[in-house]
Amino acid sequence: MKINDVILQTVTKIVVFIILTFGIELFLSGHYNPGGGFIGGLVLSSAFVLLYMVFDIETVHKGIPFDFKMIAAFGVLLAVGTGLGSVIFGAPFLTQTASHFNLPVFGETELSTVVLFEAGVALTVVGVVVTIILSISEDV
Amino acid sequence: MLTITIAIFIPFLAAIFVPFIYKRVHSKHIGWFVIIVPVTLFIVLASFIPAVSKGKTYIHTIKWIDSAGINFTTYFDGLSMIFGLLITGVGSLVILYSIYYLSEREALGRFYVYLLMFMGSMLGVIFSDNLMVLYVFWELTSISSFLLIAFWYHRKKSRSGAQKSMLITVSGGVGMLAGFIILHTLTGSYSVREIIATIGQYTDESLFIPAMLLILLGAFTKSAQFPFHIWLPDAMEAPTPVSAYLHSATMVKAGIYLVARFTPVFGGEAVWFYTVTGVGIFTLFWGSVNAVRQTDLKALLAYSTISQLGLIMSLFGLGSAALNGGYSADSVIYTQATFAALFHLINHSTFKGALFMVVGIVDHQVGTRDIRRLGGLMSLLPVTFTIAVIGSFSMAGLPPFNGFLSKEMFFESVLIIRNLDIFAMGPVWGSLIPVVAWLASVLTFVYSMLLVFQTFLGEHQPDRLDRKAHEAPVGMLVAPAVLALFVVGIFFFPNVVGKYLLSPAMAAVYPPFEGAEGLVPHISAWHGFNVPIMMTIGVVVLGGLLYLYLRYWRGIYSIAPMRWSLDSLYNGLISQLEKGSTFLTRTYMTGYLRDYLVYIFIFFIVTVGGGLLWTGGFSIDLSNDALISINEYIIIFVMMAASIAIIFAKSRITAILLNSVLGYSIAILFVVFRAPDLALTQIIVETVTTALFLLCFYFLPEWSKEKATRSLKVGKGIIAISVGTVVTVLALIVQGNKMFESVSVYFEDAYELAGGKNIVNTILGDFRAFDTMLEVVVLFIAGIGVFTLVKLKAGKGDEDVEDK
Repeated sequence: MKINDVILQTVTKIVVFIILTFGIELFLSGHYNPGGGFIGGLVLSSAFVLLYMVFDIETVHKGIPFDFKMIAAFGVLLAVGTGLGSVIFGAPFLTQTASHFNLPVFGETELSTVVLFEAGVALTVVGVVVTIILSISEDV
Repeated sequence: MLTITIAIFIPFLAAIFVPFIYKRVHSKHIGWFVIIVPVTLFIVLASFIPAVSKGKTYIHTIKWIDSAGINFTTYFDGLSMIFGLLITGVGSLVILYSIYYLSEREALGRFYVYLLMFMGSMLGVIFSDNLMVLYVFWELTSISSFLLIAFWYHRKKSRSGAQKSMLITVSGGVGMLAGFIILHTLTGSYSVREIIATIGQYTDESLFIPAMLLILLGAFTKSAQFPFHIWLPDAMEAPTPVSAYLHSATMVKAGIYLVARFTPVFGGEAVWFYTVTGVGIFTLFWGSVNAVRQTDLKALLAYSTISQLGLIMSLFGLGSAALNGGYSADSVIYTQATFAALFHLINHSTFKGALFMVVGIVDHQVGTRDIRRLGGLMSLLPVTFTIAVIGSFSMAGLPPFNGFLSKEMFFESVLIIRNLDIFAMGPVWGSLIPVVAWLASVLTFVYSMLLVFQTFLGEHQPDRLDRKAHEAPVGMLVAPAVLALFVVGIFFFPNVVGKYLLSPAMAAVYPPFEGAEGLVPHISAWHGFNVPIMMTIGVVVLGGLLYLYLRYWRGIYSIAPMRWSLDSLYNGLISQLEKGSTFLTRTYMTGYLRDYLVYIFIFFIVTVGGGLLWTGGFSIDLSNDALISINEYIIIFVMMAASIAIIFAKSRITAILLNSVLGYSIAILFVVFRAPDLALTQIIVETVTTALFLLCFYFLPEWSKEKATRSLKVGKGIIAISVGTVVTVLALIVQGNKMFESVSVYFEDAYELAGGKNIVNTILGDFRAFDTMLEVVVLFIAGIGVFTLVKLKAGKGDEDVEDK
């Protein structure tokens, strides 16, 4: 698609960062507040989709030189892999655990293995959504 | 013991690394990296022999799906030890052989990945105690062998052979799964050991026999028993090392293992005795009859494997007679058949593995396996000839090779069974078994001689061979030579095998007989001048005559036309199935999306709506519903307006936008009902899909209004209205009737259990994490599916890739 819209491009440059930040915030806060891996991933991918729509694919690809198929594959492996982690400690498959730590900057923080699982979900969502959109839009 | 559990996973782990190593090494030396795995495993397993032979067993459980009783439990006893040693031992030799056999141009990385996958799944089958885990590994062996058989996938024959083996073994496996589930419902356990311990209480259940037959179906298909044997000859399209490994030493023996493992469960039943013995004996006979007619060396070996597997199977059947009526001094003599079976199992792996490798060498050195073109290779390939003689004489049951010992024990067992007066075994049927067994042995002798003498003796025809014949390189000869050494070694020291390998396995097959006198008989090469030795002499005399005069009687094979065979029945069935499904698919796959929607909707109306009308037991109760606020009314009316407007939309963009109005309204509705997670998800999904829609439609041709007749429009209207009505009624019924406790009760203590205040996320990440995990996998597969469909379209010139 050939789009040459200065206002849209300028706004996008700023908005994308807000969306990305919001996506990460959603992803991290998911355990206690609305959010989580799936929504976080979707928000992140909507930011990428916006970028791809406003600029052309080559330009975006220079800035984000990732293979999104690989990201999706990595996400799936991460999600399945965290399940295996609990097996090593003798707990049933996919058992999650959490505990509080006193970190230097953040103060007392809860670290949970669910975050890893959710990260896998988020990465898969980002990878798959962008892969689908890209492969359809490149197919002329 | 954790070691055994790790042993299952090591091949899989190694398989992951093979592609990376192969990228760097990129030569046939990759095999030297792979061979480390089976050799190490073999040494580890062998280090257990002293303890296991004293009767020790090892068990280790890793919790998996504890709530369903499915845990990763490994169990290591004498029976699994024999199979484990065979899998890793023969596996090492096969890899050593393939390093020299396969050329550098082959996709060696792929080959070793499949081989390691197969090895791991086989170890999984024999070490799992849990039936479900066993089933998973069982089907994994089918899949990995499918990949191995289709290794040269550009050949049509390889593909069809692989498909055939997969179809037959997997359908047998599904039957076995059903049998396992029945067994679980009967006994309440998935653990083989627990089932064996409690089985006595359940033998009178009506589903006991069906469960047994279903499990036997799995065993028979895997072990290529009649009439499922037809896949094995076609599986010979695989590279020869694969044939040596899968089709002689390991995979086909998984069925044998299953029968041995379940003998303590079902062995006391007459049905088990008759089915296993009958099918085994007939397979023995049928395989040997068909082996004689083959002209391809590998096909000959394939049928001989079928026949020998039948022999082992029938021995397990005969041995199960001991379990009928419990332990007594008399019943111990029947256990000898099982002993012979286990013994022959080991012997068969050694000589058949060696023979397959010999055939591979012949093929590799002269370029053909057709015995009509071979001959006179003895002086050109002397070492190969020696190994071939050792292997085939052992197969024929001649001294001084191990096949002789187990063959004698086989004859003895079929003779003993005549004395059996349980199961209404009359003298006629009782005598039939020894006669059939003897005839089959005669034919076994004939094809064994065919194999060695037609190839190595007679006239050398260099002009009919592709290559000039000369001896194979040393590396290729090592593996079969080691096996041949075992063939001879076991003959001279059979009681070492008996004491260290067979006696713990006997204890595993006959738990109630543990420690009984005579369970592990003394094997001696000369056992007196008795009936079995007379039978052997008869075999040699008649077999020799038949071999010499083969060309006079071979004509009887052409009496029955080829198209009457089971194989052509299978092919006919498959082609009919293909034709039928092509016709069916052509009929309903019109290429119009609206037709597919009509199918889906009609199916929905008939099943759900029809179901509601049929039962008539629905009621709608609106008394408990909350009042509808003014906000909700507004949203609903917006949605209604948008959906009606879609019908009259003039352009595609309008339709898409109206559709997203619907989606966003639902999101607002979620907000009103205070479900922020859902609202967020809905909004983002709607945004992304709208963008996707716009993108897709950008490439579509212009929107043209279809010219539909009035009756078509009315028909679609009726379908649309009915679907709407059914959904509405269903929603109202669900709202008004509560049959079960609400699920929310289950999640009330989410914070205590999962530590999260966001209940939606604790459900997704903790309580139902398995669902989420699989959803992610599905999402990934869908993404890859879209990518491959769009990107990897075959070019116009690529259409004839299929048939070569």
